[in-house]
Amino acid sequence: MAKRKYVKHALSQWMKTDGPDSDVVLSSRVRLARNLQCSPFPMLATPEQSQAAMEQLLGVAESGRLNGLGPLDLIRLSELTELEKLVLVEKHLISPNLANESRNGALILSENEDISVMVNEEDHLRIQILRPGFQIREAWEMASKIDDVFEEQVDYAFDEKRGYLTSCPTNVGTGIRASVMMHLPALVLTGQINRILSAVAQVGLTVRGLYGEGSEATGNLFQVSNQITLGQSEQEIVENLHQVARQMIEHEKAARMKLLADSRVRIEDRIRRSYGILSHAAIMDSKEAAQRLSDVRLGVHLGLLPQVVEQTLNELLVSMQPGFLQQAYGEALHPEQRDMTRADLIRSRLEISS
Amino acid sequence: MQCQECGNRPATLHFTKIVGGEKTELHICETCARDKGELIPGTQSGFSIHNLLSGLMNFDPAGAGTEMKQPAVRCDTCGMTYNQFSKIGRFGCSECYKHFDERLDPLLKRVHGNTAHVGKVPKRAGGKVRTKREIDELKKEMQDRIEHEDFESAAQLRDRIKNLEKEVSGG
Repeated sequence: MAKRKYVKHALSQWMKTDGPDSDVVLSSRVRLARNLQCSPFPMLATPEQSQAAMEQLLGVAESGRLNGLGPLDLIRLSELTELEKLVLVEKHLISPNLANESRNGALILSENEDISVMVNEEDHLRIQILRPGFQIREAWEMASKIDDVFEEQVDYAFDEKRGYLTSCPTNVGTGIRASVMMHLPALVLTGQINRILSAVAQVGLTVRGLYGEGSEATGNLFQVSNQITLGQSEQEIVENLHQVARQMIEHEKAARMKLLADSRVRIEDRIRRSYGILSHAAIMDSKEAAQRLSDVRLGVHLGLLPQVVEQTLNELLVSMQPGFLQQAYGEALHPEQRDMTRADLIRSRLEISS
Repeated sequence: MQCQECGNRPATLHFTKIVGGEKTELHICETCARDKGELIPGTQSGFSIHNLLSGLMNFDPAGAGTEMKQPAVRCDTCGMTYNQFSKIGRFGCSECYKHFDERLDPLLKRVHGNTAHVGKVPKRAGGKVRTKREIDELKKEMQDRIEHEDFESAAQLRDRIKNLEKEVSGG
């Protein structure tokens, strides 16, 4: 089978353009949860019902109503191998839930992979927009437009009092989850992170790791998102996240300057050591890789490692994941082999970029 | 049935308490009842069943170990009961929201701090809701115009509101 391009390339096209504040914010994401009116939610749907829901929703894309978005790929999850699904999860194009639990799951994907619409995840429809850097408002506007197109074609489950009805009560109302992926090494190094994260929790936001719900924050990457979906408008939710993230960006930048001013040699030493290890090690587990790449990323943004390109780091973040390593290697790998392959990959990528 | 206190002996005493339509049951053995301080009704004691039960009342319905029997609230459309919902935390279909409506306010309040949607309203499914919100907006604007003694604009707004109101009640 010919490898699809979205499985082959680690870095989505949308990640190749520079976004605002990309030295702190890797990406911004908005996800809207929607359901069809006269069909049970995917969890309770019979195979026939979920099949019908899938055909109806894919039909919207097939009808050409979404043509303004450029060429779209319509992918039924049943057509994919387990490894291909894993790769899509690692690229954040589908959720682990869609990959593993869904029946008649499908994906509508734009050419540069900044729009991914999941069908038959926990909800019938999950519209997801990804943007490089800090562009949460832009992501919401785009998501809302796509939402309008679907609403013209299918009947949404909407209630005057409760808003958009979702399978999980934590999404009801607006169905919106807006998030920004932030790299906060200086706040971690200066010990300010816990204070900031607990403050963030008090304003209705929540912080998770790189791979969403339940994932650990590795490599100093934090995903900050709204917790509340009911009783606030989408604009309020997006604006709240925007303001808080803006403050976190400023704190991180100030902490970086302070690190440089107070302990330049020590921070430089740490960064160079990590760079040295990444460019020479023969075995590299994912946890160490994440931490060392975080150091290198900080080095790039502090201007200490001019030989490394930011995009290489973004690409490695995806391509060093187990699924990607295995599909690049062409066969299943033991964890130990994975760590060796990962070390090889990182070495070769850092060499190219220098 | 095992005693809920010690978990060893069979429960021989069964208490049922109904508060605000919520039924709570307690099943314990005689020994534990004595230890708890002559819980057995009819004996003279200051201990009230309420003391014991109030602890149970604080349990989440989804909490483990408490055998709380709730009146079976069921969604007619998909067949999911409220008990199932509270265990898995997911609704079965959009109609569940209507069938479980009375019980949702406290839950939503706890999760979101709110119980009502104020955000986007879809064009088609939202239909009248959208128009009603527009009317509310226009009324506010009209009030504002009146306060600024701009009666001409206020009159125009009043006419638009009238038209929209006709739309809502007529269509």
